[in-house]
Amino acid sequence: MHESIVVYSRFRFFKIAAALVLVSLGLYIWDSPKGGIPNGGTWLGYGLGTIGALLILWLMWFGVRKRRYGGGTVKLESWLSAHVYLGLALIVVATLHTGFQFGWNVHTLAYTLMMLVIASGVFGLYAYLRYPRLMTENRKGMTLDAMMQQVADIDRECRESALQLGEEINRAVLDASQNTKLGGGMWRQLSGHDPNCATFAALHRIEELATKAGGSEANELRRLVTLMTRKVDVLRQARRDIQFMALMQIWLYVHVPLSFGLLAALITHVISVFFYW
Amino acid sequence: MAERFTVAIIGSGPGGLSAAGRAARLGVSHVLLERTDHASDTIYKYQKGKLVMATPDILPLRSDMDFKLGIREDILGTWDRQLKEHGVNVRYKAEVVAVKGEKGNFQVTLADKSVIEAEYVVLGIGLQGNINKLTCPGADQPHVEYQVDDPEAFDGESIFVIGAGDAAIENAVALAKQNKVAIVNRSGEFARAKQGNLDLIRAAIDKGLVEAYYNAAPVKVTGNTIVLKTADGEVEAPCNRIIARLGAVAPRKFVESCGIVFPSADPKSLPEVSSTYESNVPGLYIIGALGGYPLIKQAMNQGYEVIEFILGHELEPADEPLLKEAFKSLAPAKVSEVLVRIRANVPLFAELNPLVLRELMLDSTLHKPKAGDVIFKRNDYTNTFFTIVDGEVEIQVNPNDPKQVVVLGRGAFFGEMGLIAGRRRSATVVARGNAVLIETARRTMIKLINSNPSVKREMDRVAIIRQIQTYMAPNTSVDDLMELAETASLQKFTKGQTLFNQGDAGDDVHLIRTGSVTVSRRIGGRDTVLNYVASGNYVGEMALLTDAPRSATVKAAVAVETVKLEGQAFKRLVAKDERLRQELENRFRERLENNARMEALPEAGSIIEFLINQGVGEATDVLLIDESLCVRCDNCEKACAEIESHHGMSRLDREAGPTFANLHVPTSCRHCEHPHCMADCPPDAIQRAPNGEVFISDSCIGCGNCQRNCPYGVIQMSAPPPHKPGLFSWLMFGLGYGPGEDKSLRKIKKEGVTKHAVKCDMCKDVEGGAACVRACPTGAAIRVDPKQFLTLAALR
Ligand SMILES: Cc1cc2nc3c(=O)[nH]c(=O)nc-3n(C[C@H](O)[C@H](O)[C@H](O)COP(=O)(O)OP(=O)(O)OC[C@H]3O[C@@H](n4cnc5c(N)ncnc54)[C@H](O)[C@@H]3O)c2cc1C
Ligand code: HEM
Ligand code: SF4
Ligand code: SF4
Repeated sequence: MHESIVVYSRFRFFKIAAALVLVSLGLYIWDSPKGGIPNGGTWLGYGLGTIGALLILWLMWFGVRKRRYGGGTVKLESWLSAHVYLGLALIVVATLHTGFQFGWNVHTLAYTLMMLVIASGVFGLYAYLRYPRLMTENRKGMTLDAMMQQVADIDRECRESALQLGEEINRAVLDASQNTKLGGGMWRQLSGHDPNCATFAALHRIEELATKAGGSEANELRRLVTLMTRKVDVLRQARRDIQFMALMQIWLYVHVPLSFGLLAALITHVISVFFYW
Repeated sequence: MAERFTVAIIGSGPGGLSAAGRAARLGVSHVLLERTDHASDTIYKYQKGKLVMATPDILPLRSDMDFKLGIREDILGTWDRQLKEHGVNVRYKAEVVAVKGEKGNFQVTLADKSVIEAEYVVLGIGLQGNINKLTCPGADQPHVEYQVDDPEAFDGESIFVIGAGDAAIENAVALAKQNKVAIVNRSGEFARAKQGNLDLIRAAIDKGLVEAYYNAAPVKVTGNTIVLKTADGEVEAPCNRIIARLGAVAPRKFVESCGIVFPSADPKSLPEVSSTYESNVPGLYIIGALGGYPLIKQAMNQGYEVIEFILGHELEPADEPLLKEAFKSLAPAKVSEVLVRIRANVPLFAELNPLVLRELMLDSTLHKPKAGDVIFKRNDYTNTFFTIVDGEVEIQVNPNDPKQVVVLGRGAFFGEMGLIAGRRRSATVVARGNAVLIETARRTMIKLINSNPSVKREMDRVAIIRQIQTYMAPNTSVDDLMELAETASLQKFTKGQTLFNQGDAGDDVHLIRTGSVTVSRRIGGRDTVLNYVASGNYVGEMALLTDAPRSATVKAAVAVETVKLEGQAFKRLVAKDERLRQELENRFRERLENNARMEALPEAGSIIEFLINQGVGEATDVLLIDESLCVRCDNCEKACAEIESHHGMSRLDREAGPTFANLHVPTSCRHCEHPHCMADCPPDAIQRAPNGEVFISDSCIGCGNCQRNCPYGVIQMSAPPPHKPGLFSWLMFGLGYGPGEDKSLRKIKKEGVTKHAVKCDMCKDVEGGAACVRACPTGAAIRVDPKQFLTLAALR
């Protein structure tokens, strides 16, 4: 019953995009022997250019459609499936439109921006297909809030346990409790772990001290180590959760700004072609 | 010498107040006895600043006390003032514990043992009952409370919640957000709570948000501590507030002790009264909620009328103009004439008392369709009930051939299957010439059935034959079915109960008329679910065909009602009906194939089981999220909040709710077959639209019953958030907040704004349907009918 955007409606938009690509290729090959040097200035060049420009405008319209929550009877999923396949078709349509003539000019700039937008889109598609499942597996039925709550709970237990142990251990536990951070900057979030995790460091320190301890202290220490290990595990789990969320969002921060850059470059490209050729 | 009055009125709710007001106005000697130290305790206990609704709007108020839409404080103030102005003889802190005697000579005993004598007694004690109080030493201190108006009003306190029911759990969890909370449970588990609350409290205890004391009870309360008796001896703990939620004793026992009879043992049943509100005890009258009239205005009207009746005055009922309007199409016939005609022509209603019949007609619509008009269509979701006062209708029993019809005439009824199964209409009905029909609301019919065993019997008798014909043998004539129908009996099963076990002998066939079942088999020592069977189907026929013991176990997925038919009679019918035999053979083969495939795919069976445990078995439409596709963008929630009629509030909580095999059941309405939320709605504001959407109309009075009754926690009580500037103002000027809902706004409280119940209406008025699904970019969110989803094909 559930259908991903890739297979949506039995590959309907894949078929449409494939047809567009094949027709463009066919016309290009058929036109080449007669046309001399292929470029955007031939009738075919104009044709492909118009299609490409319209496609880009339509692809950008997706951002507007996405925010018209109640509006439009067509499912957003249908839009996104079309967005992905027609966006990919643009690689062929636009490349043929260039006639493989590149240079250091605004035209090639527009082309490059477009390819970057598409590349980021491809990453986004990958992220959308891969991370949701990993995220659910990692969560094991918990929410991020629940993980944070658990961390806080274990932390409280750790501090209680430490009260019966030495000064140094208390300092380690307190440090772990005060200086352990979740989230943080973009790279930290994307990496999914924290090499300077205070809890992890404290656990190390406590394990070291534990080897020296004996008697009833050793017992309490073992309990503390178990607790701290659990805390490290939950922290790891929470960081992975944050990582997946970040991975599913980060690319949009490339995709969208670049597509606005593309729009600007595209307008310049069209104007310069019509006014200064 | 005991004091003596003409009328003693017990209970100063809207009903009792209004009766006392009338008596005072007419100079009748009277006393109004109220248990608490203030008037109208039920309304007194409403949340502060609650807007009290004067539903139904069309009903005129007939009382010496004023009442119109307004804030709790104003209404109570007005009543207090008018009690004085009218010179009502009211006695507070006068709890009545017994009523003895007979008309003309009643003895009313109060809690302080004093006795009052009266010629007539009016009972207006409502349904709230007696709150159970804490009895240990120190329990009379002001910090021992029995109700929480606003959990957020407490902060940083150490609070003990006593009790283990839904109210205790809800309070404990809500208070735990800002306080240190412990819950004290007399037994070892939370057995009385509904599933949603059970999950809530378990999670809160696991997370350490709420501390739990099991097998414990308070033995002493001091100013700042509480002493509990536990299995390990007495424990003293610091405590600055105690919330005791120990339930209430329903008023039934007291009412019965007065000699009043209830029609059935069902806890929902209410005493019957005559058209002058007199109970089976002459001289003892019942008004208001206790008599089955759950709204303030109704109670007040009855209070006025009951005094008039006691004085022997004739009175045109307050609803006369409404009925006149309702019967307009039959003019110039008078209301009374129409009622007589209905009674004469419709046997089902012939025995009803005049008051009940009037009430029934108020909740009904009288139709005079033209010949050929469609009354309802097959597959509609409407669930009203029709009776034929005059003329005839045609039932098109065969979907493929509109010519194949069954004709029903005067006195017959139809539409009862929707009432019973809560599913789509199973046939199209078309009017013939000169028909006069009564269309009655589902809730009214259910109330009628529950309080009138004769109505229930007659409906069941007819319904059983029709169900057999519709679902089993559409091609057999009713006469041929009679033999089988005579073996039929109705059987009820609670959720999880088995209809029969694998390996049992037996050849009865069960036609499921309400609810749904699962079919499972023991494979490798474990029960594996093989199938889900919804109402309108039958089970148990496989054993019949093979003459072998039961090949599988069948369990009720929700509360189930079946028509049990004797195997041998069924066999004889099959021998007579060749098409039925073929169909059985086909089903048999299909089931064998299905079972073989399912056995090879235990995963699918586990998914069915998981969904059934989530209550999906009683859903007609449920939101399911495939977490392997969901990118957690919350577009679904945003879209929901952005629907205009949703006033910026999302009706679904995507993240909440369990997940199994990547299938997530978010907290969102399932549009149940028999919606629990509808059961107790005083203004009948919860309705089902033709496409099946269960929605709450504007007439909601904010009483919160539906929220308590929904087992899935999908109803929120909420005031609409402030107006939200458009997306453009947000983008350009930073006004308001972005798309979706700002949930922090829910916490802001305002006086005089009522909270109303809000829930998913499946975007029934929005073109294109459910916005959550349409706004999901990845196809992760879908809405499905479990009948289609819980099948092998869909789960593979
Ligand atoms: C939260 C909530 C919100 C509601 N909102 C609305 C609304 O907006 N509009 C609306 O129309 N209806 C509303 N209702 C329904 C309405 O409150 C009741 O229908 C109405 O109060 C019933 O009136 P009554 O006179 O029958 O009984 P009640 O109002 O219940 O009054 C019974 C009185 O009898 C007293 N009593 C009980 N036993 C004894 C005894 N043994 N001796 C002496 N006195 C006794 C009680 O203390 C009480 O004062 C709401 C109900 C609830 C719970
Ligand atoms: C020049 C080509 C493209 C342009 C101009 C473009 C533009 C956009 C825009 C404006 C959005 C809206 C983002 C937002 O507002 O949140 C978007 C979203 C998206 N695009 Fe593209 N895009 C292009 C090509 C592609 C391609 C080739 C793919 C994939 C292979 C792709 C995948 C996506 C995805 C997955 C989304 C996210 C949908 C969501 O989560 O709401 N795009 N794109
Ligand atoms: S709100 Fe009503 S229909 Fe919806 S899930 Fe709850 S009980 Fe069922
Ligand atoms: S809209 Fe779809 S993808 Fe986004 S959170 Fe809701 S279900 Fe998940």
